[in-house]
Amino acid sequence: MIGSPRMVAETAERLPHYVAPEPFDPHSVEKMTAEQERYYLASQWRMMWWKLKRHRLAVISGAVLMVLYGSILISEFLAPYGLNSRHNDFIFAPPQHVHLFDNGRFVGPFVYGYDYRLDMKTLKRVYTVDFAKVEPLRFFCRGDGYWYWGLVESNIHLLCPADGGTAFLLGTDRLGRDMLSRILYGARISLTIGIVGISISFVIGLTLGGLAGYYGGWIDSLVQRLIEIIRSFPELPLWMALSAILPVNWSPLLVYFGITLILGMIDWTGLGRAVRSKLLALREEDFATAAMLMGAKPSRIITRHLLPSFMSHLIASATLSIPSMILGETALSFLGLGLRPPITSWGVLLNEAQNINVVALYPWLMLPVVPVIITVLAFNFLGDGLRDAADPYR
Amino acid sequence: MFHYIMRRVLIMIPTLIVISAVIFTIIKLPPGDYLSSYIETLRQSHEAVDEQKIAFLRAQFHLDEPAWRQYLYWVSGLIRGDLGYSALYDLPVSQVVGDKLLLTFIVSFSTIVFTWIVAFPIGVYSATHQYSVSDYGLTFLGFLGLATPNFLLALVLLYFANVHFGIAIGGLMEPKYLDAPWSVAKMVSVLQHLWIPVLVIGAAGTAGMIRRLRANLLDELQKQYFVTARAKGLSPFRALIKYPLRMSLNPFIADIGALLPHVISGAAVVSVVLSLPTTGPMLLDALRSQDMYLAGSFLMFMAALTVVGVFLSDLALAWLDPRIRLEGGVTR
Repeated sequence: MIGSPRMVAETAERLPHYVAPEPFDPHSVEKMTAEQERYYLASQWRMMWWKLKRHRLAVISGAVLMVLYGSILISEFLAPYGLNSRHNDFIFAPPQHVHLFDNGRFVGPFVYGYDYRLDMKTLKRVYTVDFAKVEPLRFFCRGDGYWYWGLVESNIHLLCPADGGTAFLLGTDRLGRDMLSRILYGARISLTIGIVGISISFVIGLTLGGLAGYYGGWIDSLVQRLIEIIRSFPELPLWMALSAILPVNWSPLLVYFGITLILGMIDWTGLGRAVRSKLLALREEDFATAAMLMGAKPSRIITRHLLPSFMSHLIASATLSIPSMILGETALSFLGLGLRPPITSWGVLLNEAQNINVVALYPWLMLPVVPVIITVLAFNFLGDGLRDAADPYR
Repeated sequence: MFHYIMRRVLIMIPTLIVISAVIFTIIKLPPGDYLSSYIETLRQSHEAVDEQKIAFLRAQFHLDEPAWRQYLYWVSGLIRGDLGYSALYDLPVSQVVGDKLLLTFIVSFSTIVFTWIVAFPIGVYSATHQYSVSDYGLTFLGFLGLATPNFLLALVLLYFANVHFGIAIGGLMEPKYLDAPWSVAKMVSVLQHLWIPVLVIGAAGTAGMIRRLRANLLDELQKQYFVTARAKGLSPFRALIKYPLRMSLNPFIADIGALLPHVISGAAVVSVVLSLPTTGPMLLDALRSQDMYLAGSFLMFMAALTVVGVFLSDLALAWLDPRIRLEGGVTR
């Protein structure tokens, strides 16, 4: 090789050996824009958020749910009347509509008062709108007293009727109680029952599904059989039977937890199955073997290595199963087997609308249906968006 | 295939046994029993307690024997078709239920058929016209169907029928046929009334089925064999019918297992609202008055209907889809 002409030429004009003193930055070759860098360095949860944001409906649903859940923090303040304030002169009063103009004159939000008369022929209560009674609504005003979360006494409301007037925006029930206030208070029970129930079913599903998926073998077949058996029960009749045997003398709070426990105990099967099948696949991955070889205990492998890799999926499927709990509670209370007054949930309110004759005369008793549908729809859309976003790397 | 059927039957039997044990536990859980509360009511109203009747009921329920003997009596009765004795109606359960079990079966079966007939074309249309206006419309309708609890749908339907058309749509037949024996006229009357409960109970299941069929078909439509079929010059319709549609048909059979408990659950509540002469209202009555034998028999009937339905759907699936492994999946 020594005599090759090329070599000779190179030695003749050899370049001086040079090493730049400053450290080498590989990014200087292919400069990433700030935007690219943000994208490549983003954490998984951040990417999920970006993907979720593109699902317009899911974001709107999330906002709606936040408003709904925010409202239960301040139900007492939002409700124009107290939960149990009765108005004996206004039994089954129809909803009063909010107007802004009276005969072309701007008054601000107000309602027209009612004239009440008992039809002696049909014994029906007849309410006629009295256009002479203009009753402007008051805001941030003093009304029925209440104990805020049973702790602080107050009487400030967002909205109150005019002095001596009424403001039944959604009508009243058979005891003359304001429906709007009762729906707002009912949200407290109906919305939390889904969250508490799903927490219970989450814990059971994670534990049993995790055990079955990680250990396999006889534990797996035992859990599988258990799931199959629970699944082959028709859900609602089983719920009905279990809540029918709750002792009658239990306190309302105990009944509330009893019902959520029943809902959660039956509902975990779907989650348990999802956890099991994911674990079965994931435990064969290299990182799981590596952790095992390093001597990590099963509980550590499951909770630190396996669970985080599909936590997002679990959250999505949990979101999708909250509606069935809310609907379950509503159905049970509607039938009179679930929560009972004095607890007020949307299902308990609907219990009054069970009779078609009552509903035909006083259709506003069906109004608690609306928040139920809104909540369930919102959870479905949000869960749908979360499921799509759960795997942001696809 | 034979081994598979045998294996499934062998799994089904212990499942039914466990279910019956669970139901019996539920029957026995409430403190006291119907009999003692019955005697108590009689005492309070100062009526004479009919010792003979009490003794008869006591013997009927084997109340003096240990719980496991009572369970055995109950189960062996069930197998012989003796559903026990209803203390509420003072009659054997089999006489109380009458044709209610049959009507429950008819309503459930029609609901599933309805779900198939409606979900199939809509699902296919929705998948082949993805992201079109009608797809969005149908998707929204589907979600609405999923979100509306069916007993509320029943209530709203009742209300509108009552207010706008002035007709009562409750019931499953004209009142005059209620206690009449089965005849052609009664059958026709049932068929005339059947569509409302079927529509109400089936709404949620249909919506779910449409969603799944759409998702499945969309997956299949992206696969290479479909692209190849199209590239070979097969017309879109033929290509669709020939391959992907058959693939996405699986959930129709496989979902009966998931659908059936929902249909039976839904039917239980809807029939209370629509006052159908099915098992739902009677189950509710029995639970309210703690007539636990009656309630237990109904629960057992519903659970057995589900288990057998799932078994049949598994068989149909194994027969339809050769890819389904007949041996049990082995896990480590």
